[in-house]
Amino acid sequence: MRIFVNTNYNFIRWRWHALIGSIALIWIGVATIFLRGGVPLGIEFTGGTAVLLQFEQPVGEDVVRKAVTPISKDAVVQTYGDPKDREIMVRLPMMKGQEQGTALESDAKKVEDAVRAASPVPVIVRGKDIVGPSAGEDYTSKGIWATVAALGGMLVYVAFRFRFTFAVGAIVAAFHDILITLVFLTWMGYDVSLNVIAGILTITGYSVNDTIVVFDRVRENQRQMRREPLDVIVNKSVNQTLGRTIITSGTTFLAVLALYLFGGEVLRGFAFTMLVGVVTGTYSTVFIAAAIAIILSRRQAASAAPPSAAAREPRARKAK
Amino acid sequence: MSKNLRWKIILIVAATAVAVFAIIPPSKKIHRGLDLQGGIHLVLKVRTDDALKVETETAAEQFRDALKTANIAVGGVRITGLTEFVVEGVPAAADQQVRTLADQQLASFDREAIGGTYTFRMRDNIKIQRANETVKQAIDTIDRRVNELGVSEPVVQQYGRENSDQIIVELPGVSNTTRAKEIISSTAMLSLHLVEDGPVPDQATLLTKYNGKVPDDMIVVPGSTSRNDPTVAYYLLHKVAAITGSDLRTAKPSIDEFNQPAVSFTLNSQGVAKFSRVTSANVKRYLAIVLDNKVVSSPQIESAITQAEARITGRFTQQEASDLALVLRAGALPASLTYLDQREVGPTLGRDSIRAGIVASAVGLGLVTLFMLFYYRLSGINALVSIVLNLVILLAFMSYLGAVMTLPGIAGFILTIGMGVDSNVLIFERIREELAANKGARQAIGAGFDRVFVTIVDTHIASMIAAAFLFQFGTGPVRGFATTLFFGLISNVFTAVFVSRTLFEIILSRRPVGAAKVSI
Repeated sequence: MRIFVNTNYNFIRWRWHALIGSIALIWIGVATIFLRGGVPLGIEFTGGTAVLLQFEQPVGEDVVRKAVTPISKDAVVQTYGDPKDREIMVRLPMMKGQEQGTALESDAKKVEDAVRAASPVPVIVRGKDIVGPSAGEDYTSKGIWATVAALGGMLVYVAFRFRFTFAVGAIVAAFHDILITLVFLTWMGYDVSLNVIAGILTITGYSVNDTIVVFDRVRENQRQMRREPLDVIVNKSVNQTLGRTIITSGTTFLAVLALYLFGGEVLRGFAFTMLVGVVTGTYSTVFIAAAIAIILSRRQAASAAPPSAAAREPRARKAK
Repeated sequence: MSKNLRWKIILIVAATAVAVFAIIPPSKKIHRGLDLQGGIHLVLKVRTDDALKVETETAAEQFRDALKTANIAVGGVRITGLTEFVVEGVPAAADQQVRTLADQQLASFDREAIGGTYTFRMRDNIKIQRANETVKQAIDTIDRRVNELGVSEPVVQQYGRENSDQIIVELPGVSNTTRAKEIISSTAMLSLHLVEDGPVPDQATLLTKYNGKVPDDMIVVPGSTSRNDPTVAYYLLHKVAAITGSDLRTAKPSIDEFNQPAVSFTLNSQGVAKFSRVTSANVKRYLAIVLDNKVVSSPQIESAITQAEARITGRFTQQEASDLALVLRAGALPASLTYLDQREVGPTLGRDSIRAGIVASAVGLGLVTLFMLFYYRLSGINALVSIVLNLVILLAFMSYLGAVMTLPGIAGFILTIGMGVDSNVLIFERIREELAANKGARQAIGAGFDRVFVTIVDTHIASMIAAAFLFQFGTGPVRGFATTLFFGLISNVFTAVFVSRTLFEIILSRRPVGAAKVSI
């Protein structure tokens, strides 16, 4: 069995529609993010205390909420994972003056004591996360740097292996995927945690990966189809690799779906990031990366060399 | 079967055997991260400023003594900053002498002279060096303490970039956070000082004799008057310590004459010499035992103490006494510590996470296998073999490198499955294309692998760049993810290209030359 054999969809014709559609979606998404006060960050970045409690018998969120409200009005109380597991997560924002000696832990201790006192059944503390404000800043800057450096490193590699306009296409596509994923994470109410950052970086790699497969094919086709304009070559390459693109995305999606469904609560945010990323990564390979590469290559060619040379190999063009 | 092919098979079987050997049994060979086995993860900041301050004070002190010994009368020696002090009112006649002394004693300070006032500032490179030494020393001390606690496979290391003042501490299997944190961060600065005056309830009374100013060679230290009295009292003590923590050989918990928990310690030879000198010259005076800037007790010196044994009594519980003995044995911290980050994972949460991770991996692999068999028929088996081998080799890499398996690391495994499938799909699709162009099976497979090889190298290098940066900037669990992803990519090149191709060649070697069909 084979799917997408010898297809000849004209993807490139839809490039402007795709670009406008993506920009619109990102705009709406970013606007809603701003309206709700920014991307919801996990305590790794904001600093704060999170305590995961397990109850021997089901206990309502409101019992816990009532117990911890005196500690902090901003406490967030949520059922964690499957209600059958009887787990509740309590999160508190970072309080001032906590970074002294062992005082960092005081909020967690207070929560523990208050819930134990209020709960009619025994409580187990399954986990605690306490992040001081400077550690939070540190994680934030590291998260941003990791993303920027990874994008930069891949930009340099793609530019070195292909041509610069292609590299820009690949990176714009990856950036597009990051934004779309952030939008969906916010819409679905996931906190951006360290694991989610790892997920975002993985999609970045995945998206560039996908794009490279197409670009590799473009490079191969350019050698055989020297007279054809770039957009025709790119479109043919996208079509030739379409089967592979869809199958790979499909299987990766299956693997990540298993992670999302069975991987447990801790990895759910990561798995969701990947689910969105795989879909948008495939879309952006077909519509965004190639489109940007063509648009930029044309512009560059128009300003630098006669149009007929535009589709030639980069080395040949540079030699002029 | 050609000779070439036989060697390839031997290589693959050998690699598989080595990899399998490396991971059996997995529960022993694969290190589990804190998120999987439970425990505490801490990030501490070393207050290196403390150490710089002490260094500056000591330098100023010694310089003052040197001036006195050389009979140079100056207006005063004053600490003016963290790493800065001034010598005021240097008489013009003694100028040269002061310079010579400073050259000898204060090599690590920059000097600036305006009129009769000299300002000494610690050199920047010395500051960095001292701060680094302080962090290293703190790491060593914490490491000793943690080892004394009996934690298996603890991690104590500098955290973050070079010259960082942060330390990461990971204690697998420890659940009493509060106690662990106290043991790690108690400075355990022990010293014994002669009591000049006190104890009295307030500081001012102590200083009436000295016009309200603490004399240069004295210090005021708070403490309590007796075992059963919690009110704070103040002592005026000699600044120079009779003995310090570094004169100790060992310490252990014990019981005092009132049957209360106490800490006994043994002095080293240098300590014995100092201690007997001080005690013999000061019989009937009081000696204050100061721990972390608090007087814990102040016994009277009955007679000259010349043996190596001594005891600290105070208001300890049994646990406190044994913890104090522990930290005294392990040595003092060179500076105080601040906690920046703390993560605690209960052992049951870790177990559940492992179970969830295994289920997710199995289901993921199962779904992918079904699809590959359905879509690529017998070649799907080929892909499955290379993917499973890829996972085995990846586990072996982690076992050999002592890399830590974390929850995000399990996610890395699932992604490695995805990457393995991708490479196989790329190759298979290309082979199908070549077959569609009416090439024979042998030729099509050869061309498929050759053409796709470049693509696989390109995609893998790009992903490895992302994984490397993730490792560089990531922390804890995320690093585990980056490690699995990175090595998964490396082994995938081997399994998807070399192993998969060899499998095809085995199949082809059983067919007549020029066969046109292959199950794909």
